Amino acid sequence: MNFIPPDLAPAYPEIFLLVMVCIVMLADLFVGEKRRYVSYILSQAALLGCAILTFSTLSSDVSYTFSGMFVDDPMADILKLMVYITVASVLVYSRAYISVRGMYTGEFFSLVLFATLGMMVMISASHFLTLYLGLELLSLSLYAMVALRRENVLATEAAMKFFVLGALASGFLLYGMSMVYGATGELHLSQIADAIRGGDIDHQILVIGLVFIVAGISFKLSAAPFHMWAPDVYHGAPTAITLFIGSAPKLAAFAFVMRLLVEGMGEMVADWQGMLVILAVMSMAIGNIAAIAQTNIKRMLAYSTISHMGFLILGLVAANWNGYSSALFYVIAYVLMTLGTFAIILMLSREGFESDHINDFKGLNKRNSWYAFITMLMMLSMAGIPPMIGFYAKLSVLQAVLSAGYIWLAIVAVLFSLIGAFYYLRIIKLMYFDEPETDAPILPNIDVKMLVSVNGIAIIILGLFPQALMGLSLYAIESSM
Amino acid sequence: MNFQDFVFYFFATVLITSALGVVTSRNPVYSALLLVLSFVTCAGLWLLLEAEFLAITLVLVYVGAVMVLFLFVVMMLDINLDRMREGFWKWFPFGALLALVLVAEIAMVLSSGPFSLEAMPSPPAQAADYSNTKELGRLIYTEYVYAFELAAVILLVAMVAAIALTLRHRTDKVSLDPGKQVMVRREDRLRIVKMASEKKE
Repeated sequence: MNFIPPDLAPAYPEIFLLVMVCIVMLADLFVGEKRRYVSYILSQAALLGCAILTFSTLSSDVSYTFSGMFVDDPMADILKLMVYITVASVLVYSRAYISVRGMYTGEFFSLVLFATLGMMVMISASHFLTLYLGLELLSLSLYAMVALRRENVLATEAAMKFFVLGALASGFLLYGMSMVYGATGELHLSQIADAIRGGDIDHQILVIGLVFIVAGISFKLSAAPFHMWAPDVYHGAPTAITLFIGSAPKLAAFAFVMRLLVEGMGEMVADWQGMLVILAVMSMAIGNIAAIAQTNIKRMLAYSTISHMGFLILGLVAANWNGYSSALFYVIAYVLMTLGTFAIILMLSREGFESDHINDFKGLNKRNSWYAFITMLMMLSMAGIPPMIGFYAKLSVLQAVLSAGYIWLAIVAVLFSLIGAFYYLRIIKLMYFDEPETDAPILPNIDVKMLVSVNGIAIIILGLFPQALMGLSLYAIESSM
Repeated sequence: MNFQDFVFYFFATVLITSALGVVTSRNPVYSALLLVLSFVTCAGLWLLLEAEFLAITLVLVYVGAVMVLFLFVVMMLDINLDRMREGFWKWFPFGALLALVLVAEIAMVLSSGPFSLEAMPSPPAQAADYSNTKELGRLIYTEYVYAFELAAVILLVAMVAAIALTLRHRTDKVSLDPGKQVMVRREDRLRIVKMASEKKE
C-alpha cells in the first residue's frame, strides 16, 4: 500500500502549461475586446516559459515518472522544443487573420494551448493510456478550432467530417490497443515490448491489433488510404487553423508512431514494415497525382502533405537508427516549410478575401519581390530541389531506404517526387511570369515580416548546413530508443 | 445449482426479456422503462462479478441520470410510431442475418483459441471485506493520477469547446435587465399634469 509520490520535475513544462492555460482562460474574461492582446502575450509567455523549463532539464538520459506513464528523453525534448517554436509562429502568423474574422477570442488561445498540451503529452507518453488521452486532448481541441467560425458553412462541414472520421480512427486505435493489451496483459510500452520478446504470445492476435493500430496512426498522419479528411479539412477550416493542423500535430504524430511501433512493438518490425510500405507508396502516389488537379492552394497543400507523410513513413520503413533519425529530420523540415507557405497565404488574405486560389499568387513578384522569393524558397524546398532543406530531408530518407535494401521503393519515391515537382513549380511560374490580378498592398505587421524572413532563410541555411540538425536527430533517436 | 447460479440465471432471464421488450414494445415510454430495467439487472450481474463500483455507477449514472433525461425527451417529443415502423419487415431479414453472424462470431471467439474460457479463467474470489471501490480510488489517485488528471483536462476542453461553439450574444432577444429596472426614476415614466378642476355645467 506504500505509495511514493511521483517525481514532478520531468513534467514541469506540462504542469506549467496547464496552469498557464487556466490563467489565460480566466484573464481573458476580465480583459475587454480592446485589450485582447493580453491573452496573446500571455499565450506567448506560456510557450516561452515551457521552452525555458524544457531547456533547463535537457539531459541525455531517459527518465520515467508517474509510475512509468510519462517519459522524458532527448527525442521528447527536441520535439517539444520544436512544438513550442511552431505554435508560437502559428500565433504570430495568424494574429492579423483571425482578428479581422472575429476569431480573436480567448477560446482561440485556450484551445491552441490545450492542443499544445495534448501534443506534449503524446510526445512524452510511455503508456497506452497516456498516448490515447494525449491524442484525444489534441484532437478535441482541433475539432473545436475548425468549427470556431460556426456561421461559415464550409468550416462547419469540415469540422463535422473531421470529428466523425477522427472519432472512427480513435476507435480503430483503441480496438488495436485493446487487442495488444489482451494478448500481453500490459499497458506500459516497455513492458509490452518485454512481453512480446518473451515469446509465448499468440502472434496472430498481436498482428490483428497491429493492423488496427497502424490504421489509426495513418489516419492521424493523414497517410493514404486514410487521407480523405485532409483535403476537406484543410480547405474548409479557416487558413490560420489549417496552418495549425498542418504543422505542429505532425511532430506529435511522429512521436506517437515512434512510441507505439518502435518502442512498444519493435519486435514485430517484420509485420509493420510491410504495412508501412503500402501506406508510403499509396500516400506518395495519391498525394502527388491528386495535387496536380487542385486549383485551391489549401487543397493542393493538403495533398502535398499526404505525399510528404508518405516520405516520412519511408524513413520508418528502413527500421534502423538512420531511418528514424532521417524521418525526424524530415518532419522538422516539413513543419518549417508548411509554416512558411501558410504564412504567405495568410499574408495575402485580408478582410473579406481569402487568398486560397492558386491564381491569387499570380504576379506576386511584381507586388512584392521579397515575399515572392520566400514563397519560391518554400516551393523549391517542398519539391526537394537543392540547396533547400527539403532536398536534404528527402536525400537522407532515400539513403536510409537504400541501405535497408528497398531499391524499388527508392525508385518509386524519386519518380513520384518528380511528378510532384510540377505543381510546386507551377506556383513559381505564376508568381514570376504572370501579370498580377490585383494590386492590393501587402502590409503585414513587423513581427510577421521578420519571422517569415527568418523562416525563409532557415530553409536555405539548414539546407546548406544540415549536419547540425541531422546530428541532433541522430543523437535524439540513439539515446531515446 | 447453488444460489449464485440461481441469481445469475434469474438476472440473465430478466435482462434478456427486458432487452427484447425494449425493441418490440409499441410504446416508446415502455421501451425506455424496460431499458431502465435491463440496466438494473445488468448491474446485478456485475455485482456477481464482484464489480460493485461499476454496478453502482451504472445505476447512478445511467438509470438515475441518463435514462431519466431520456424519458423526459421521449415524453416531450411527439413521436409518430407508424412512420418509425415503416420498413421494419422489409429490413428484418437483413437485421436477422447480421444478428446471426454476430452470435456466431462471439461463439467462435469464446470456443477456440487464446480467448476461450479455458485460457481466461475467472479470477479467484476476494475476501468479504475487500472493497473494490476503495481499491479503485487508491489506484486512480496514486498510480494513475496522471491519466486521471488528463481526463479532467479533456473534460475542461469539452466545456470550453461547447461554450465557444454555442454561446452567442443575440441582439433580438426579449429580456428584462433588472439593473435598469431598479434604476428607473419616477420622472422617467410618470408625468404629472396640473390642471384646474372642472365644474359640471
